[in-house]
Amino acid sequence: MVLSAADKSNVKACWGKIGSHAGDYGTEALERTFCCFPTTKTYFHHFDLSHGSAQVKAHGQKVADALTQAVAHINDLPNALSALSDLHAYKLRVDPVNFKLLSHCLLVTLACHHPAEFTPAVHASLDKFFSAVSTVLTSKYR
Amino acid sequence: MDAGQVEKAQSLGLLTGTDSLCPAVLFSPLRLLVVYPWTQRFFQSFGDLSSADAIMGNSKVKAHGKKVLNSFSDGLKNIDDLKGAFAKLSELHCDKLHVDPENFRLLGNVLVCVLAHHFGHEFNPQVQAAFQKVVAGVANALAHKYH
Repeated sequence: MVLSAADKSNVKACWGKIGSHAGDYGTEALERTFCCFPTTKTYFHHFDLSHGSAQVKAHGQKVADALTQAVAHINDLPNALSALSDLHAYKLRVDPVNFKLLSHCLLVTLACHHPAEFTPAVHASLDKFFSAVSTVLTSKYR
Repeated sequence: MDAGQVEKAQSLGLLTGTDSLCPAVLFSPLRLLVVYPWTQRFFQSFGDLSSADAIMGNSKVKAHGKKVLNSFSDGLKNIDDLKGAFAKLSELHCDKLHVDPENFRLLGNVLVCVLAHHFGHEFNPQVQAAFQKVVAGVANALAHKYH
């Protein structure tokens, strides 16, 4: 699946609107993921996962910052995410199925907070973008 | 699903039957065709599906979407026996319609996104978790009779 020019434009516009809330949304998406798909918590057994946890907040900000970088380099995701790709392949080894779960919860979070932006076409573009990021992050797994 | 989660899901009115079916929800099947275009394979005879606007305005798709959501809502009246409630529909989707059950999961997730879009902050993580269980239950029930 390839990101079209329209997809890239939709993603940039939507992410631009998010602005400084990206960290909050990253945190909320993680919280939703842990709540809806409890198996994902296995990767964070060392975290305090209660609501408002500073560790989850920090991690949410990390996820958001990485996505902001990805948006900024949307024409070359493999290079932009190379270090993160290595990290996930050789150290974290998060099972690929979990990227879909977090991506879904990112979509839900954005739908909640930005209903005007979350049109069907933008929804499609965001889904493709998260899918493309996930593919890069799991590309060195084997 | 435990009683508390059923209540959370009901609090958004989705489970109270066709009369209360939130109009926004009816757009889920249309959104499915936009977000996952390969799902259009089942609707070749439905006319213009060439763009997001064409799909969202297509009256045949809208009518079919309403049918699908009404079945979903009716089935949910038997939330403790979803496999029984959807048995006949499961056979139909396997034997006559030849629909890959993965499509039920895709529709379920689009429905969750539409609910989030419509209800905003009310659709908190706990409510989302309840609905994820509902849509997963329905998708599994619809896939149950496949052979």
